[in-house]
Amino acid sequence: MDAQGTTRPDAENAAPALRNDAALSTEALIRAYHDMVLIRRFEEKAGQLYGMGLIGGFCHLYIGQEAVVVGVQAALKEGDEIITSYRDHGHMLAAGMSARGVMAELLGRATGHSRGKGGSMHMFSREKNFFGGHGIVGAQVSLGIGLALANQYRGNDNVAAVYFGEGASNQGQVFESFNLAALHRLPAVFIIENNRYGMGTSVERASASRALWRNGEPWGIPGLQVDGMDVNAVHAAATQAVAHCRAGKGPYLIEMLTYRYRGHSMSDPAKYRKREEVDEMRRKHDPIEHVRVLLLEAGLGEAELKALDDEAKAVVADAADFAQSSPEPDESELYTDILIEA
Amino acid sequence: MATEILMPALSPTMTEGKLARWVKKEGESVASGDVIAEIETDKATMEVEAIEDGLLGRILVPEGTENVAVNTPIALLAAEGEELTGAAPAAGSSPAPEAKPAVASEPALSGERQEITVREALRDAIALEMRRDPDVFLLGEEVGQYQGAYKISQGLLDEFGEKRVMDMPITEHGFTGMAVGAALTGLKPIVEFMTMNFAMQAIDQIINSAAKTLYMSGGQLGCPIVFRAPNGAAARVAAQHSQCYASWYAHVPGLKVVAPWSAEDAKGLLRAAIRDPNPVIVLENEILYGHKFPCPTDEAFILPIGKAKIERAGKDVTIVAFSIMVGVALEAAEKLAEQGIDAEVINLRSLRPLDTDTIVESVRKTSRLVTVEEGWPYAGIGAEVAMQVIEHAFDWLDAPPVRVTGLDVPMPFAANLEKLALPQPDWVVDAVRKLV
Repeated sequence: MDAQGTTRPDAENAAPALRNDAALSTEALIRAYHDMVLIRRFEEKAGQLYGMGLIGGFCHLYIGQEAVVVGVQAALKEGDEIITSYRDHGHMLAAGMSARGVMAELLGRATGHSRGKGGSMHMFSREKNFFGGHGIVGAQVSLGIGLALANQYRGNDNVAAVYFGEGASNQGQVFESFNLAALHRLPAVFIIENNRYGMGTSVERASASRALWRNGEPWGIPGLQVDGMDVNAVHAAATQAVAHCRAGKGPYLIEMLTYRYRGHSMSDPAKYRKREEVDEMRRKHDPIEHVRVLLLEAGLGEAELKALDDEAKAVVADAADFAQSSPEPDESELYTDILIEA
Repeated sequence: MATEILMPALSPTMTEGKLARWVKKEGESVASGDVIAEIETDKATMEVEAIEDGLLGRILVPEGTENVAVNTPIALLAAEGEELTGAAPAAGSSPAPEAKPAVASEPALSGERQEITVREALRDAIALEMRRDPDVFLLGEEVGQYQGAYKISQGLLDEFGEKRVMDMPITEHGFTGMAVGAALTGLKPIVEFMTMNFAMQAIDQIINSAAKTLYMSGGQLGCPIVFRAPNGAAARVAAQHSQCYASWYAHVPGLKVVAPWSAEDAKGLLRAAIRDPNPVIVLENEILYGHKFPCPTDEAFILPIGKAKIERAGKDVTIVAFSIMVGVALEAAEKLAEQGIDAEVINLRSLRPLDTDTIVESVRKTSRLVTVEEGWPYAGIGAEVAMQVIEHAFDWLDAPPVRVTGLDVPMPFAANLEKLALPQPDWVVDAVRKLV
């Protein structure tokens, strides 16, 4: 509050209203529900397997944030690129990469998407245009505008969806990327997944910006702040952003307000927040429950939803079995894929 | 009393330049700050300003004169009303030092050759590859409109346009990541850093993203990219601008590293780097940019990465060097020859992969090894070369290998200290004499 007794009113920080004509059809909502449940069941299983010592190293679960990738994915088309950080399992499943391949990679098996050489944080799919899975916070943002640059260079109308957390949003290269993307009008949608905590540091303690969606403003990058627990809102925002990029108008920024239920990684006891905060989120804002209610309202029966739940469980169980029964990479793989034969 | 106007040094590495144009004529009055002449350096055309008021008396070096050495009197400035009499000093009195020619030519490489600078060789390599492959593009600071901070990219913007010659803001981390991202999709960027020192801002993207993604993706995503820049000491630019990154990059699996010395190296290795499907670091040298060497004119000329070149055959000692130190090693070899010692000089050309075979074969013949590099001794390229020789030719050695390196200090600024910090031919001569 300054001498005049005025602070910047919250209203000024509020995102512009979104037209809601991009609400998902019932059919699309069913698909979204399916994908979100699949991601959650997958992550729960990954947590179990980690606890059993079958998954080593770091493992960052996506539970709670499912509406973000699923809503964005519904706004993309074939050919669009996706790139994200190490909290990437959900993005890969949403992009259509097989649960078997992702789980096998988590276990470091030869049948994994990186043939056991990348692990949880570093997976890729040339086929699905998924460019990782990057372990260095913020690195994927510069790489992501490179994907957008390649689209511009090739003269296609593909768009790069560039995901990063609110923690990464303070990295210098992220701002460098905003500048470069705006300067060259690159077709990149920057998606900040603001799950409130960069490891154990809350966004309030890490960023002086109280409106991350406006972080691109100095470069003229339009921004939106969206309830990332609402798949319809996510989809509407992403649709608007993607259309903007595809039309050659340059980059777009969306801040998704979301929440991760689990710790930063499996080894994080999450002492920096109260149990009640997590419970409140789960109870009142769960993204899957939200879709579930929408579907029930749209006339779907419990049995139909249960069938979807069962299917997801079956896919995950199959993936876990597949991963555990897959061999580790052959020792000869140590020396492969270091250089391409010129 | 007339004042001599001297040929100015307009860049840290400039030793000579062309007096392109006189802006003022004899007899015209000039005020301090007036532009009196234009000088073409190895990098750019620069204006020369008068530093005091007076009358431009006699012009000593006519316009169009090439190779005017720094500090040569180019004109006389008279005070108002002063008559200029007497004979003028000879123009361009101190002849420009000729760039050191390649001492030994390689008989194996026949065909026509033309003397060109390393700068021209690099530009030709980029232009040839850009004509050959539409996926190749150049980006970096001042590569376009400015025509290159060191004039390497001269003319490329005109030929290829803004899409393929992209000027970048000063934002190494961001544009390097961007280029790597584009390369992961199959495009083939050439990233020019103004110097390798600034690439440190971006070294995470070079190592963690460019070098490792092929491995971490199980072979799915290659990264066909070139990172090139002048490396090592230039002249009088002190510690933050004078550092050799050879051992930094050569340390990393997933990267290839080349370090050209001659125009032939520069053209052949850069072309190979651009065509290579892997990330390649090209360590250039600012001081060599203006040096002339005979270079093959064959349009198809290219060199393999991973092969060293024996620049001078000899039987008594093997001297291994790269980049500008090849010249130092060759100078030392000439001095040694006068003392009856026949040195073999190997130009590594490629630091990763290292041509261990050529080195080992040479040491098996000479039984002695001296390595020469501008970088620091600790964990340097010399240490690696020596270790390879110990592993593969220990029984052939008649003496322990010796390293000649830059001193283990941040590069000092003062001219005398800087000179003391960088390997000189005599250091190499002394090192060899201890072994033979």
